[in-house]
Amino acid sequence: MKSAVIVFPASNCDRDAATALEHITGKKPDMIWHGDADVPNDTDLIVLPGGFSYGDYLRCGAMAAQSRIMRDVKAKADKGVAVLGICNGFQILTEAGLLPGVLLRNAKLKFVCHPVEMLVEESQSAFTRAYKSGERVRFPVAHGEGNYFADEGTLDRLEGENRVAFRYASGENPNGAARNIAGILNEKRNVLGMMPHPERACDPLLGSTTGRPLFESLIQALS
Amino acid sequence: MTAITPDIVREHGLNDEEYARIKRLLNREPNLVELGVFSVMWSEHCSYKSTRAHLRKLPTKGPQVIQGPGENAGVVDIGDGDVVVFKMESHNHPSFIEPYQGAATGVGGIMRDVFTMGARPVAMMNALRFGAPSHPKTQHLVAGVVAGIGGYGNCMGVPTVGGEVNFHAAYNGNILVNAMCVGLARADKIFKSAAKGAGNPVVYVGSKTGRDGIHGATMASAEFNEDSEEKRPTVQVGDPFTEKLLLEACLELMATDAIVAIQDMGAAGLTSSSSEMAAKGGAGIDLDLDHVPQRETGMTAYEMMLSESQERMLMVLKPGREAEAERIFKKWELDFAIIGRTTDTSRLIIKHKGAIVADMPVDALSEEAPVYERPFTRRANPLALAASSIDSTRPPLASLVKLLQSPDLSSRRWIWEQYDHSVMADTVQAPGGDAAVVRVHGKAKGIAITTDVTPRYCKADAFEGAKQAVAEAWRNLTAVGAVPLAVTDNLNFGNPERPDTMGDIVAAIDGIGEACRALSFPVVSGNCSLYNETNGEAILPTPAIGGVGLLRDVKRMATIAFKREGDSIILVGEAKGHLGQSLYLREIEGREEGTPPPVDLATEKRNGDFVRSLIEAGRTDTVHDVSDGGVVVALAEMAMTNGIGVKLALQDESIAALFGEDQARYVIATPEKQASAILSEAKSAGVPARAIGTTGGSELALSGDKIAVAKLRTAHEAWFPRYMGADPV
Repeated sequence: MKSAVIVFPASNCDRDAATALEHITGKKPDMIWHGDADVPNDTDLIVLPGGFSYGDYLRCGAMAAQSRIMRDVKAKADKGVAVLGICNGFQILTEAGLLPGVLLRNAKLKFVCHPVEMLVEESQSAFTRAYKSGERVRFPVAHGEGNYFADEGTLDRLEGENRVAFRYASGENPNGAARNIAGILNEKRNVLGMMPHPERACDPLLGSTTGRPLFESLIQALS
Repeated sequence: MTAITPDIVREHGLNDEEYARIKRLLNREPNLVELGVFSVMWSEHCSYKSTRAHLRKLPTKGPQVIQGPGENAGVVDIGDGDVVVFKMESHNHPSFIEPYQGAATGVGGIMRDVFTMGARPVAMMNALRFGAPSHPKTQHLVAGVVAGIGGYGNCMGVPTVGGEVNFHAAYNGNILVNAMCVGLARADKIFKSAAKGAGNPVVYVGSKTGRDGIHGATMASAEFNEDSEEKRPTVQVGDPFTEKLLLEACLELMATDAIVAIQDMGAAGLTSSSSEMAAKGGAGIDLDLDHVPQRETGMTAYEMMLSESQERMLMVLKPGREAEAERIFKKWELDFAIIGRTTDTSRLIIKHKGAIVADMPVDALSEEAPVYERPFTRRANPLALAASSIDSTRPPLASLVKLLQSPDLSSRRWIWEQYDHSVMADTVQAPGGDAAVVRVHGKAKGIAITTDVTPRYCKADAFEGAKQAVAEAWRNLTAVGAVPLAVTDNLNFGNPERPDTMGDIVAAIDGIGEACRALSFPVVSGNCSLYNETNGEAILPTPAIGGVGLLRDVKRMATIAFKREGDSIILVGEAKGHLGQSLYLREIEGREEGTPPPVDLATEKRNGDFVRSLIEAGRTDTVHDVSDGGVVVALAEMAMTNGIGVKLALQDESIAALFGEDQARYVIATPEKQASAILSEAKSAGVPARAIGTTGGSELALSGDKIAVAKLRTAHEAWFPRYMGADPV
């Protein structure tokens, strides 16, 4: 599997994503600058990493969504290349129109960083096939704006089409997200956006390895 | 040009004698720009004029020390060509006036000090002191400072891994915000600030210069009064987004060999960076302010030289490397401007709009700054606490609950969950333990970090209190299994012109020196913050110590949490029942009396080395140092983390034995089969150790009384969110 990590100004989980990818896939990802025109054509997985692209000024993800590279990310997503947006990457995906809904400020208006328990709601995707549906996983969250919001019709549709990939376990919702949504898929199921950080849950010394199957799923699906 | 009147001199915080000295050094009257430059360079904040003579006594050398005090940060060898770069710095005055921006820019400033040296910041800590919880400003200041630290550090993508927080009425008018940054670099890629050579381009990079923060350093060198709120315009505004770009751009340029010298523009901005670089390199610098990137129109030379706009750096490049450097900074969308040249004149010459507006010998600004041997008196030693004055009838477990929910001992989760402490994916020990541990990226080894001081001890006896601060930092690093390497000190005191305050400063420096020498724990960087006084009321003496240690293998690391039922619990160190200045005395009996616990440094070293050897050998993975609240609080903290209880079999269950704060002590837990061997080895090593109980169950049980660990946890977790008006966790 060949992967690429997009680097926006003030991305700050780009190295963490690259470390996890290299560790699990055995191959270093290409690091692609936001001002570049293209992601290499043989790329199987594009990762939009966490961070504070453009300082979260204006609105989180809004400016990064207008980056030059995003035109090619959208084109490749349309062609079926897998795109994973983590945290700020999820915010960028919604701003870019690749996923529905928005990420509002956390309900308690504070940045929140701690591990959260989630349920894998949908194991039928390139990102989640190594999990069992209903499996409990534990990844850290670290965000100020992770409160997923969409209109009721959109939420019903996401659930009806089994596009909620991860849901916060009961009592674990850290940000007030609608219907405890932690991560969603697009219609074609090749784009996943999620607030929690699977790349920080791949090493026993960091307290959890339940993020590893996400990357192993991608290897299975894309190699 | 404005004539310099005595009023103008006084407004610049200079006394008559200092002004006469300036005239003598210049052989003439200074103009206003020059006066402004002298005023910041000679301010307490920049010149250390009250403390320099005493700071010279601190031990700063050791085989591990690559760079001691005098550069932007200290540098210590951690083997394999890796170095750890660190420093702690205060941002007290601005944080009181504008807590969010004051704390945020404190974080930004200390990060720049570390990445200026060529290091990537890998961890942040902060030592915070606030006024009494009941004081009307405290809640607002806590909220603002915590949000500011998080707002800046989270955006930078550097984990904030711990720190300490105290509340005391002595900080009602002067809070303390001390931020520590730890970075990693390669030993052969360390950058310094000496501007060498003549004719080299002097380059300005980062944000544009605005009118913010003018005279911040002077503000930080004076007491507050009721008009302090009017100083709000002297507080800078932080832009962590630009700082993140500046970090990446600097590290990218540092991968080349284009840089001769680099220094961040912190306090006193362009003035201090240019004159310090010139002084260190024995060079002169000519600056042309017309080339300085400016955010506002019509700025005067005076304003540009004194601006403390953030996220700026000054570099001296090798000639001919300008284009290569400019390409990198343009890629990161940062300003890049050649604003001057190094010279061989040893003068700082500033041009603006075609005219020379300042011309001063570089040495006059730095080397020739006044150094004061201020008069000082040592306070009388407090009376020892009479044991008979303690009410022995109070039920200890009720007191334990009260202590665990007291402002100084309650869980800090409400704070540290607002900090991204897991970014960079190397935080192997998160906040809440004795020391935080971050792994060296891609390697087995790790860096342990802690900040410590117990101001109530220092108030009673600044010498013993400062010794204790160093010893506790050393002990906290040891308790996770690290070899303590070196410290940074952040000395926060009141007005040094008062002999008793100066006496505290001298005593604290002496105490730090004695402890650091005895523990081979040299001081490699630091910062002084004086004049922390409002209307004549000084803070408690607060010499905060930031300690750094090395773990050879982070898999062999201890944490405070009980991990198994049936482990034997061993108390290492001698219990003497010292309750003077203890948290128990203050919180339960409402008294701040007595002497602080004395620190015997030889015992400290012997006991600590023994505990560390057990961790390194994999014989214990559960260790907690005994500090505030004594052994029973330590045990409660070990029990609460995983909800594993403890059945105690103590010989002595007196108040003094349970809550005394004797030093050089650790609680360890180890599988039962190890325990007897450990006890006999301790005996032959001359280390007092005794078995005091067993882990298991869901209660903390003394011989005659017990309490559910869940209840302790609820009490411990409740205070902070309740105080801050948040929902309980």
